[in-house]
Amino acid sequence: MRLPEQVKRLGFVLAAIVAMVLLLRFVILPPSMFSAKPHQAAAVVREMAKPVHHAGVAACRECHEEQFQEKYGGAHRKIGCENCHGPSAAHAADENAEKPPRPREREFCLRCHAYDAARPNGFPQVDPQQHNPRKKCLSCHEAHDPVPPKNPQECGGCHGRIERTKALSTHALVACATCHAVDERHMTEPRLALPTKPGSREVCGQCHAPGSTDPAASKAVVDMAKHGGTYVCWECHYAHLPEGRK
Amino acid sequence: MNKREFLKDAILFFPAAATLQALAPAAEGSAETAKTPADYDATRHWYGMGVDVDKCIGCNRCVEACKAENDVPEEPFFFRTWIERYQIHENGETTVECISTRAAPPEQAEPEDPSVVRTFFVPKLCNQCAHPPCVQVCPVGATFQTQDGVVLVDAERCIGCRYCIQACPYGARYLNPKTRTADKCTFCYHRITEGLLPACVEVCPTEARIFGDLKGKADRLVRFHRVNQISVLKPDLNTEPKVLYAKLDGEVR
Repeated sequence: MRLPEQVKRLGFVLAAIVAMVLLLRFVILPPSMFSAKPHQAAAVVREMAKPVHHAGVAACRECHEEQFQEKYGGAHRKIGCENCHGPSAAHAADENAEKPPRPREREFCLRCHAYDAARPNGFPQVDPQQHNPRKKCLSCHEAHDPVPPKNPQECGGCHGRIERTKALSTHALVACATCHAVDERHMTEPRLALPTKPGSREVCGQCHAPGSTDPAASKAVVDMAKHGGTYVCWECHYAHLPEGRK
Repeated sequence: MNKREFLKDAILFFPAAATLQALAPAAEGSAETAKTPADYDATRHWYGMGVDVDKCIGCNRCVEACKAENDVPEEPFFFRTWIERYQIHENGETTVECISTRAAPPEQAEPEDPSVVRTFFVPKLCNQCAHPPCVQVCPVGATFQTQDGVVLVDAERCIGCRYCIQACPYGARYLNPKTRTADKCTFCYHRITEGLLPACVEVCPTEARIFGDLKGKADRLVRFHRVNQISVLKPDLNTEPKVLYAKLDGEVR
């Protein structure tokens, strides 16, 4: 059968169009137009090039071996340095860069150690209201090796009630020896060498008189000449809990 | 331009384009290999994370470290990893609260609810599924799985349609308000390819998170997988998560 001339020509045109499309699809246009692979490879490279902010314990250890060893021997051995000191890659790369922070507030320690029922059993937790609320954690615990202080403590071993009361008061950070002179013998023969007690208003005045240099007492400065008349201070204020009612 | 000139130019144009095309991949390829760290072979790794639920103390340091490392917006409701507090009540009811959305921990401990029989924290993050639903639904191929098993988002391809955020059964994705693209945990891809640990693992104080390579025979994570009773989240979806939970309560979804 002979095909009419028009059909043949139409066939050529169709074949040319099909060939053109195939050429376009497989030869001319880049394969990346039909595949996501090259884009993904580029995205992976971009992802890998992102800046590192946490240097890692190994980098900290290179310079701070002493602190690392101290921490490694204690209960905080599993904690990475940057848990407390924050991301420190800049400091690790250049020691003259800004130093990582050293958190010192109670709140920071309490983020892990405040009591929470959902925390695992046996994890060391304290009730922030009961556990020396006015003291900084670091005044008793070394952050890198946080062993609890030994018991009994100096005065608190026998005078625990007074110590616990004082720990809650504004006098929490006032040492016993500030007001009491304690003879060495008092530790072995307590009755035979009693510590002194303040005998005059001037003992309190050391901190609470107007010219006092102690900044902690500045909130409770009184005019010693006018305040209280002839009474001594502890007739109205209990020295171990001065804000409480006597 | 008349018809004849146009046809002439067209005839010249296609072979020229083809020649350029033949040259192009060579140039492109050399540029890629120059940028990629030469000693990193993605095919030799298959990354995963182990989470020991009994060790999590809910301190939220991982969330903060992740935000610092990955430039996640500061607002408490954007995160790549987060911590949930589960409370199981006497009557069998379970309440879940995301503690990472709180800007600051409460001043005073909340009074304990006597009806709670068990309470614990569960750290959550992208499960880096072996069969990720988010990759299937992405209309532009912007999210994909790398050869080492990490699901990434190409921020330059992402059109911010949020389809992947809907598709993720674990709620691990969010729309980054700065870039207007989907964002998620990458296992800190820039760190792990350098041999560092992800930021959350680096700072976890109790080793509740363990990062490792499931292809490594002596890897910590492989050991973790072997010695613990492992559960994954929503195993019925066949997503095959690579975040492995140990000692997971049956109530955790």
